[in-house]
Amino acid sequence: MTLPESNSPAQKLDRSDTRLRHDEGLSGALRGFIDRVRSGELGLLPVAVGLLVISIVFSILNPVFLAPNNLVNLLFDASAIGFIALGVVCVLLLGEIDLSVGSMSGLASAMIGVLWVRSGLPMPIAVTGALAAGAAVGLVYAMLRNRFGMPSFVATLAGLLALLGAQLYLLGPSGSINLPFSSPLVRFGQVMVMPDWFSHLLALLPGAVLIINGLRKMSLRSAANLSYEAASLLILRAFTLTLGLQFAVYYLNQGRGIPWMFAIFVLFVMIMHYALKRTKWGRSVYAVGGNPEAARRAGINVERIRMSAFVLCSMFATVGGILGAARLASASQQAGTADVNLNAIAAAVIGGTSLFGGRGTAWAALFGILVIQAISNGLTLLNLSSSLRYMITGGVLAIAVIIDSMARQSRASHGRG
Amino acid sequence: MENQKSADAKECILRLRGISKQFGAVSALSDIELDVHAGEVVALVGDNGAGKSTLVKVLAGVHQPSSGTIEWCGENVTLDTPSRALDLGIATVYQDLSLCENLDVVANLFLGQELSPYALDEIQMEVRAWTLLQELSARIPSVREPIAALSGGQRQTVAIARSLLLDPKIIMLDEPTAALGVAQTAEVLNLIERVRDRGHGVILISHNMEDVRAVADRIVVLRLGRNNGVFNADTSQSDLVAAITGATDNSVSRRHARTTASQEG
Repeated sequence: MTLPESNSPAQKLDRSDTRLRHDEGLSGALRGFIDRVRSGELGLLPVAVGLLVISIVFSILNPVFLAPNNLVNLLFDASAIGFIALGVVCVLLLGEIDLSVGSMSGLASAMIGVLWVRSGLPMPIAVTGALAAGAAVGLVYAMLRNRFGMPSFVATLAGLLALLGAQLYLLGPSGSINLPFSSPLVRFGQVMVMPDWFSHLLALLPGAVLIINGLRKMSLRSAANLSYEAASLLILRAFTLTLGLQFAVYYLNQGRGIPWMFAIFVLFVMIMHYALKRTKWGRSVYAVGGNPEAARRAGINVERIRMSAFVLCSMFATVGGILGAARLASASQQAGTADVNLNAIAAAVIGGTSLFGGRGTAWAALFGILVIQAISNGLTLLNLSSSLRYMITGGVLAIAVIIDSMARQSRASHGRG
Repeated sequence: MENQKSADAKECILRLRGISKQFGAVSALSDIELDVHAGEVVALVGDNGAGKSTLVKVLAGVHQPSSGTIEWCGENVTLDTPSRALDLGIATVYQDLSLCENLDVVANLFLGQELSPYALDEIQMEVRAWTLLQELSARIPSVREPIAALSGGQRQTVAIARSLLLDPKIIMLDEPTAALGVAQTAEVLNLIERVRDRGHGVILISHNMEDVRAVADRIVVLRLGRNNGVFNADTSQSDLVAAITGATDNSVSRRHARTTASQEG
């Protein structure tokens, strides 16, 4: 692959306008980043600041917080709710919301317990049954929204109670079902970690993909006479990313290692990222979230997009519920209640998904859940009562929404919608 | 002379007969007739509330007419969804532009028509976007900015460029020059003529009589939801204003009378 020589701004198709500032090289990239943050495109800044503050505060209060094994536990815990948050991102992008994801995950765990353990059906069939139930719930929400114009927060608020009822009904008077410890599902949720060498190998992948993609894009864009990112910047980014990941993997491998559950979660985040950013469906989701009427006039089937998002959300909540049950090795009445709902929604918002629709990425679920789970984990280590934990988590959600609203106002005043 | 030849050859692509539209007790349109031929610019003029925008929405598949028939290339059709109208070849530039402010210019241009749906071809789309915008001599600094960052005129240009993307048979422009500067207005009018010369039909809705008379082959006047006459481009301003307002005695006609009288006298 030969790198094109000249990148002079004047000749490029997209750089011919003289009013445009050309941010070249490292300093240019930095200047562009500062401009974006100022105008309200916060990106991952709140997450980075949040994680930094959390690590400092909790490691001062209790040094165990940053111990490798605690972080491994944190990743195990984060994966289950992370899946739920990934679904929440899908509906938030449309400007809708699903308040029943917690109950849905609880119902899913109850279904696994009843179908698999109590009725003795094979585990894959129980999982399929739970997923089908999730899809059905999503379809009902989509129908209520599309056919009757019911605001999704009311429909899913009703769903929250109805699904919780179904969960309690399924579990019956005994209230909880233990899942067998030796089963693959529970082992997957509790102990299965990657071999060290494999995790190091996997951590090389993002940097390699970044470089290969970047070089391919560079040659294609230069062939099309468009401007492109400098190769030095690309290599610097890939190098920093790889270095960071290798260190993280090395550190976690000092403990039990990287959970397979977390790896699968990250895989799904990447799949959703691709679907949202690189497919027509994803483009339509953003369009419906930004301006439903414009999307409709552009020939997008708004109803079908809504349906796909609600179904995806409920199904991800189901997956989260199943993994949550595997993590606890039980399906109980408490599964999916309390703060699961809010944690999943808060994770999506903290990660940068706007409650107002049309903004955010799949990565929001990953980074948001890391922040939320870090707080929850830190508070547990401090042995605080759940009353205090709820109050603090509530406060964090409020702060996240305030940041979202303020960024939105700032974007409006900087003409970035 | 060449105009005359194309006028003979041109076929009627769109024919509306007896189109009515009721919103509750209000008749927004009653018994509208409209013909659009290939390679002609039909201007649709009328006062506020004359039903221009409703008619546009009927043709775009946003509203269904309460009664009447729509004939497309000799066949009766129902325009029940916007995508149906788009598939037939009716592209619309709405007055409110219908752009997604959170998406960039490229995404808006190709909305609903993205290249390679399972692995969006961003580079090809960006190149096509620049070519299209340059054909319109558009002044947009970057196609990777969200629409929210553009001025009103730039947004209008993006909206018009989008309608041309699919090479439609008929383009409807709802007040295309209302938000544009002098140079861009001239450019849009040039563009309308270019589109007509390529054999497309153009429906132009405008309050600006100067623009209308500059490019229109026929001027269809609507008044209170009804047809109120068809004029050609040579019609005087005062006759047009009279047809639009329904009154022959107004300031435009009085001045017209004074000037003709003084010329004769």
